[in-house]
Amino acid sequence: MEKLLNEDVSKQIKDYLSPMKNNITLVLFTEGDCQTCKETQQLLLEVSQLSDKITVVEKDLKSPEAKEYDISLTPSFVILNDEGVYQGVKFNGIPAGHEINSFLSALMDMSGHDFGFDPSVKARLDKLTRKINIKVFVTLSCPHCPPAVSNAHRLAMSHPMIEGEMIEAQTFPEISNQFNVSGVPKIIIDGTRELVGNQPIEAFLKEIEALA
Amino acid sequence: MFEISVDKFKESNIFETTELFDFLVVGGGPAGLNAALYARRKGLKVGVLTPEVGGQLHNTSEVDNYIGIQNIKGGALSDAFLKHTLELEVPIKTGHFVIKIDKVDERFEVTLDNQQVFYAKTLLYATGGSPRKLDIPGEEQYANIGVSYCTTCDAPFFKNEHVIVSGGGNSAAESVIDLAAWASKITVVHRSQWRADQILLDQHKKIPNLTVHLETQLKEVYGDGLRMKGVKAFDKVNQKEIDIPADGLFIEIGTIPKSDLIQHLAETNEQGEVIVDRDQMTSCPGLFSAGDVTTQPYKQIIISAGEGATAALAATNYIIHHS
Ligand SMILES: Cc1cc2nc3c(=O)[nH]c(=O)nc-3n(C[C@H](O)[C@H](O)[C@H](O)COP(=O)(O)OP(=O)(O)OC[C@H]3O[C@@H](n4cnc5c(N)ncnc54)[C@H](O)[C@@H]3O)c2cc1C
Repeated sequence: MEKLLNEDVSKQIKDYLSPMKNNITLVLFTEGDCQTCKETQQLLLEVSQLSDKITVVEKDLKSPEAKEYDISLTPSFVILNDEGVYQGVKFNGIPAGHEINSFLSALMDMSGHDFGFDPSVKARLDKLTRKINIKVFVTLSCPHCPPAVSNAHRLAMSHPMIEGEMIEAQTFPEISNQFNVSGVPKIIIDGTRELVGNQPIEAFLKEIEALA
Repeated sequence: MFEISVDKFKESNIFETTELFDFLVVGGGPAGLNAALYARRKGLKVGVLTPEVGGQLHNTSEVDNYIGIQNIKGGALSDAFLKHTLELEVPIKTGHFVIKIDKVDERFEVTLDNQQVFYAKTLLYATGGSPRKLDIPGEEQYANIGVSYCTTCDAPFFKNEHVIVSGGGNSAAESVIDLAAWASKITVVHRSQWRADQILLDQHKKIPNLTVHLETQLKEVYGDGLRMKGVKAFDKVNQKEIDIPADGLFIEIGTIPKSDLIQHLAETNEQGEVIVDRDQMTSCPGLFSAGDVTTQPYKQIIISAGEGATAALAATNYIIHHS
């Protein structure tokens, strides 16, 4: 297949990733020739070639890892920290188009880049007694979506009780219909509470606290 | 295929100091970036504070009216603006909103949402606008479940469906063109006549299943609670109510100026737009404003950028005469 990242884009990504601190691992789940599986695999491999801190591992849906990271859609991938620990950062569908930005941010953040959350964020999440899942539905042509995805991922990285996942709505029409998505970004917290549009961290925290 | 917009630059350490800026810019759209470029070239100590770079350029699929640059994606034009600004080493701080602006002892005090405070001799306020709403029954209830304010974001959800576009300016005309790739039927409903460029309207002639209702006022969005199902409108020419069943409504009727942060310092008009003079200065000395947030009626990229340039040059003069 032809390269997905042209020379110019590769250079931009390489420069962007150059301050990465710690090693990280991307665990990719695919199934047969599912829609965008090949492209997602290729994107992860091409990006991993732009930094010596990124390793890509491939698994299938029947692997114990799929169970451990609660993977039900393909393509899906998670980003593990330098100790190989899953911190709740997941992507369902290819992070192309505008979503390349939430992908790159997640790589930097997981490698130890300080994303500047106030210490009070963690303190507020410490009150959680059960796991909370945050789904962010996106389209690849949505410029307001990547910040919403990054917020969900950063909350996940800030606390073990939070999982944040991007869901590319067109690749997964079934789950998009289930959550009645016809405008993005659409944020679903714990399967029930809903936020529309790109929202500040405070809005996420309020919804999460209402569930605690 | 990849629209990279993550920060591609290291933040200047000027934002870690408490130095007094000559010219501080609030907003990283066309107006703010061009102003910063001009101010930097004049040798002013300048900085830009903005949550993100590019502003509404990111909502635009194609720009074809910025002279010298033909048919460019909004995101690519934003990148070109940023690249030029960074080549002159203009310090830009992204990731945070300004939440407060005050004038204390002839200096402007600007507070970010992380509580950081900056000081400046002059300030440019260029925060642009956010999408204007129709304010009709049902609009809020069906927001994001049929009603959309971002064509590029949401068009893919309306594959082979019937959508309505509300508005008569360039962004509505462009919305029709973008939607034609997805929807099977498009209906425009606009309360007066087209104001869009003829060149865009000419492209509409190639779109099958496009119906246009001019002089028609939208009255209500209705649905079944889960999804919108259509709109009610009033045809002013024939003086009758019409009902248009549809799956989606794209509202492209301009922007609401984000002038709230300086309402206590500068005069605004009834619509909340900041009133400026020929130098782009507001009623508050040393406080300038440019772009879509001002009373300037033609909200365009090149005009906003031009106003930013005027503001920077006028601020340079202002500083010379006030120090
Ligand atoms: C769909 C669409 C299509 C368009 N197509 C065209 C076209 O083809 N040609 C054309 O000429 N024009 C077009 N326009 C209009 C054009 O985009 C605007 O006129 C132009 O972007 C205005 O520039 P600006 O700098 O004033 O504001 P904006 O572009 O709105 O930028 C405002 C900036 O301020 C920042 N900001 C907001 N609040 C704060 C805060 N509290 N603190 C700090 N920063 C803040 C924002 O993040 C942003 O960076 C289009 C607009 C839309 C919506």
